[in-house]
Amino acid sequence: MDILFLVFQQTMFFSIPLLIVALGGVFTERSGVTNIALDGMMIMGAFTSIFFINMMQGSMKGQPLLIIAILIAVATGMIFSLLHAYAAINLKADQIISGTALNMFAPAFAIFIARMIQTNGVQQINFNNTFRISSVPILGDIPILGGLFFKNTYITTYLGFIILILSVIVLYKTKFGLRLRACGEHPHSADSVGISVYKMRYAGVMISGGLAGLGGLVFVIPTSTNFNATVSGYGFLALAVMIFGQWKPLRVLFAALFFGLMKTIASAYSVIPLLATSSIPSDVYKMIPFIATLIVLAFSSKSSQAPKAVGVPYDKGSR
Amino acid sequence: MKRLKNLLISNAFNNAYSSIFSILIGLLFGFVVLLFSNPSQAVDGFVIILKGGFSTGAKGMGQVLYFATPLILTGLSVGFAFKTGLFNIGAAGQFIMGAFAAVYIGAKWTFLPAPWHWIAALVGAALIGGLWALIPGLLKAYLNVHEVISTIMMNYIGMYMANHLVKLYVFDSKKNLSMNVEPSAVLPKGGMDYVFYNHLGSAKDLSTVNCGIWIAIVIAILMYIVLNKTTFGYELKACGLNPDASKYAGINEKRNIVLSMVIAGMLAGLGGGLLYLSGANGRRIKVVDVLAAEGFNGIPVALLGLSNPIGIIFSAIFISYITQGGNYLQTLDFVPEVIDIIIACIIYFSAFALIFRSILPRIIKFSKERKTKQNAADSRATADAQYQAQEDTARAADNGLDNVTETTDSTQAESAEEGDQ
Repeated sequence: MDILFLVFQQTMFFSIPLLIVALGGVFTERSGVTNIALDGMMIMGAFTSIFFINMMQGSMKGQPLLIIAILIAVATGMIFSLLHAYAAINLKADQIISGTALNMFAPAFAIFIARMIQTNGVQQINFNNTFRISSVPILGDIPILGGLFFKNTYITTYLGFIILILSVIVLYKTKFGLRLRACGEHPHSADSVGISVYKMRYAGVMISGGLAGLGGLVFVIPTSTNFNATVSGYGFLALAVMIFGQWKPLRVLFAALFFGLMKTIASAYSVIPLLATSSIPSDVYKMIPFIATLIVLAFSSKSSQAPKAVGVPYDKGSR
Repeated sequence: MKRLKNLLISNAFNNAYSSIFSILIGLLFGFVVLLFSNPSQAVDGFVIILKGGFSTGAKGMGQVLYFATPLILTGLSVGFAFKTGLFNIGAAGQFIMGAFAAVYIGAKWTFLPAPWHWIAALVGAALIGGLWALIPGLLKAYLNVHEVISTIMMNYIGMYMANHLVKLYVFDSKKNLSMNVEPSAVLPKGGMDYVFYNHLGSAKDLSTVNCGIWIAIVIAILMYIVLNKTTFGYELKACGLNPDASKYAGINEKRNIVLSMVIAGMLAGLGGGLLYLSGANGRRIKVVDVLAAEGFNGIPVALLGLSNPIGIIFSAIFISYITQGGNYLQTLDFVPEVIDIIIACIIYFSAFALIFRSILPRIIKFSKERKTKQNAADSRATADAQYQAQEDTARAADNGLDNVTETTDSTQAESAEEGDQ
């Protein structure tokens, strides 16, 4: 039973950041802008917020510190995403190019600033992990469910699910969501009924930036005690999860959980009794999440439901 | 003058100066970053960046070419796929698998004599790279799997696979690196040893550069010919520009997707082979869980070269050049990552440059138009004056209007002609 709990908790650590960032991807692509800079935005969000934790951990700790860090991560991601939005929307630049530029910029910037500011001159930013909740009061004592959901957890896990629910509501139950989706499918029709395509796309990109920034922090906190200017390509994986989830929040959740579970098996196979005794080399386990995703994609991609206008700059004059 | 103007609005030149323009802005931004981080040494640091590979003389320049070699090939890989409407993020995986194949053949196939050994290793690298891209190509063509996501997956699979295979077959466990290849598999210098060395007392301190750079340049020219001078290249480009139209025109679009992915993969794989077959002072495959940087750097190289194979040669050498400059920056307490910031900035502005590229010729054309309009207006004014004068004389001579209208017509026609010019 303990192993089941462990696998489940680990799966959450891998899945939640993917879920959050992929949802960000859903918002931007649904508005019609490709954002391959999710990886860079994660790095920027993680960098500023972890740096903040590093500075403030002498005087603060626990959940209040984490909550402020979360706000900083979201704000950083949003501000950074403005660069992409401006290039993609106002200047109608190639979205792949500007995304690539931001992906290059973020890790270089994080290393540069870290080495310039920190007195010891190293690029890693250390932090003390004071954010783990070993057991949620009352709820943690529920048999089984308590062990699965309310022990050894972080508030970011719950935040991930809250964001999922909010995304579903915003995308499908509000005027804003309908307009956002319209801009991604057929911006000219949207424009013809008085929706500002530019504003909607700005909103989409900024939401994705905010969520990606948050995802960066959520990725680093449970799995490490320092930030080394990388999120191990999770931004790209989130992009894959988004396509895997067919641009739909609930399917994105399942895609993220599937990938997270595979990743957990790859990293924790040595403590899972059945797998530990087999003589399969560790590199093969590490490949499993990616091979599994490819296979699932091969069977599920025949009818892709990508937003029709995604990646195409909106030009009022064109037809 | 007219020829100069035509050159200025011609495409190739226009492309080049939009790239140069973004390079200048990127460098300026880099200077500002240096200025903020350490004002007193900013100028010195900037000079080091500009001097790039020249900082350590001829050997340094050789190193620039050595590191440019794989960049040219991964840049070609990404650029070739771009031209055919595909985005190959998977150059990293194809590159490292190609590198493994080259090292494996280089270290194990000792039965081959010298020239055949390294040729076989390179061919093996290209084939394995192509194979690694065949999978996303097939998935894209027949199962509609987005090539961005499948190549990302293939990157990670390739990285772990290469690590595993290196550990299994060609491992130097003391250094956690792959083995050195046999001398017969090391690429010959191809004349590079006569140019790129520093004097070390009486001995030569040779640069690592070898005939790989020649191979890279030849391949780039070959790619240029394939894309621009052959039916095959035309079909590939047509598929990239409009898949539906090319399907209607009878082009086998599925076959072309697979082929262009395979060619892209072969280019990246060959890049891996060229980098790792450079003998004792060259690179060896590190067994770490990090994607090959050369693969990802192919993306900015391709973008800066505007996916033109010839442009990619120059952009790869440029990026290698300032990256080397960045390494020497450490002597001044600067962090070499400033180079990555500069490159990112250049790429960001090159996205804008696409707009400048359409605006600049318009400005040149506009000023030309305004000039001709001015001329036309001037001639019209003179025509009016003439008309006035002639009318006066006509009236004075009381000679009828026929003559006058005739002359004004001819002058107007003249001015219109001038306007057209």
